[in-house]
Amino acid sequence: MTERLLPAWSLRAEEVDGIEPAPVWSDRVTREWALGGSTGEGVDVCILDSGVDGDHPLVGGLSSAVAVEPPEEEGAEPRIVPDELGDVCGHGTACAGIVRSLAPDCRLHSVRVLGAGNAGSGDLILTGLRHAIEQGHRVVNLSLSTTKRRFAELLHDLADAAYFKRTVLVASAHNMPVESYPWRFASVISVGSHEGEDSLAWYANPDPPVEFFARGVELDVAWTGGGTLRCTGNSFAAPHIAGIAALVLARHPELTPFQLKSVLYLTATNAGGTT
Amino acid sequence: MTESAYRAVAAAGMLATEESHRRLLQSIVGVARAIFKAKAASVFLFDEDADELVFEAVSGEGEGDLVGMRMPSSTGIAGWVLVTRQPLVVDDLSADPRHARQAAEATGYVPNALVAVPLLTDERAIGVLNVLDRAEVDRPFSLAEMELLTLFADQAAIGLDLLRAGRKARSVAEGGDDERAAVVARLAELLGEDDDGAGLRLLEALERVLRGRG
Repeated sequence: MTERLLPAWSLRAEEVDGIEPAPVWSDRVTREWALGGSTGEGVDVCILDSGVDGDHPLVGGLSSAVAVEPPEEEGAEPRIVPDELGDVCGHGTACAGIVRSLAPDCRLHSVRVLGAGNAGSGDLILTGLRHAIEQGHRVVNLSLSTTKRRFAELLHDLADAAYFKRTVLVASAHNMPVESYPWRFASVISVGSHEGEDSLAWYANPDPPVEFFARGVELDVAWTGGGTLRCTGNSFAAPHIAGIAALVLARHPELTPFQLKSVLYLTATNAGGTT
Repeated sequence: MTESAYRAVAAAGMLATEESHRRLLQSIVGVARAIFKAKAASVFLFDEDADELVFEAVSGEGEGDLVGMRMPSSTGIAGWVLVTRQPLVVDDLSADPRHARQAAEATGYVPNALVAVPLLTDERAIGVLNVLDRAEVDRPFSLAEMELLTLFADQAAIGLDLLRAGRKARSVAEGGDDERAAVVARLAELLGEDDDGAGLRLLEALERVLRGRG
C-alpha cells in the first residue's frame, strides 16, 4: 500500500482488502453482551460541573480535579488550574456519586466551571469542555446548558471534535420552552428524566431531540457535607447514562460515540433490555 | 423629558411604573407559593453589573426584609441554576451544613426543601424563581409538577424582564449613563419630529442590517 499524502478521506480500490475490519457484533445485542459483569474499570469519566467533593464516601476519590478560572488579563484565555475549592454547590458531587454507583471502578475526573460569577461563565464552560476532550476522557457529563447563541457554534464544533476523538458527551436536556445547547446537537447523547426508581432502566425516545430518558426523579444523591439529599432534575438523569456508558465502554473500549449510542438504543428498557 | 420622547417611550411599552412592576412580581411569587402550598416563594434578579443575584420579590417567610439582599451569582444552588439553566429540586436541604449556615446568615430562614428554576428570556438568564418548603414534601415531586413550574417560570421571567426594561427606560429618561440606550432615546425623540418618515425608513434599514449581522 502506498503511503498516504492526505488523511483518510477516501478509500482507494487497492486499500479495500487492507482496511481494518469493523467489529462484528453479536446477532442480538443484549445487555449481557453490552455491559454484563462490567464495573467501568479503566474508563475515564469527567464531571464538568460545580466541582466534586472527592472525599465524599459515595464519590470514593477523584483521579484529577481542575478548575477553570477567568483570564488574568482582558482578552486572554481562561486558565486551567488545580481545584482548591472543591464543590461550590453540591451538584457536581451528586453527579459524581451517581456515576460511581453505577460504574464503581471507573476513573472520575472533575472540571469545575462554576464559582467565578455568572458573567463570563460561557467562556469557562467552553474552556473546560475543550480541556476535558483534550485529556482524552471517554465520557464527559454535562448537566448544564447555555442559551447564548454566541456559544452555540463554538460548542457545536467542540461536540463534533469530541465525537471524532471518541469522547462521548452526555448532556442533560432542557425541559423549558427555550433553545439551549449542547443537548440539542446530534453528536451528543441527550438525556431527560423518567419517574421510575430503577437506575438501570433507560428508555430510547422515538421523538428526539431528547434521545434517552433515565432516572432523574426523587433520588438520594451525594452532596457536600458528606451526606445525601433527595433530588429531582434532568441534571441527575444525564450521569445515569454517563455511568452506563462507562460500563459499556469498559467491556467494549473500541466503540465510537455513534456505536455506543446504537448499543444504548438496542439495550434500552423499551427495546427489551432488562437488568 | 420632551413630549415626543415621552410618546416614543410610551409606544415601546416601557412606561409602567416601578411600583406596578413590583406588584406584578409580587403577585407571581404569591401565586407560585399558593400553587405549591409552600412556606415561601421568591424571585432573584441577576444584576449583570455587579454579577450578583438580588432578591426582588418574596412571598411568605422573609417577606418584607429580604428584598434587596444579594447573593453570589454562580455558587450555591441558585447560582448553579442560573449558570447551568437547569431546574433543580432539592429536599432534606438542612442536611447540607454549609447551605444551612449560609441561608441562616443571609436570611435567617433555613428551608428544608427547595425548587429552583432559571428565569430565561430569549437567550439570557435574568434570574431564578425559588419555591421553598412546599407542602406534601414527603410525596414524590412529579415531572408533571416540574412542567407546571417551568411554564410558570416563563411568566415570572416576563414579569422580571418588564421590571428590568422599565428600570432601563427610566434610567435613559433620567439621563442614565448607558451610552447606547441614550443614543436610542435621542433618536426616538428626533423621530417624533420626522414628518415625512424618512428617518423611520432609515432606521428600519439599519435594523435589517444589524439583524443580518447578528
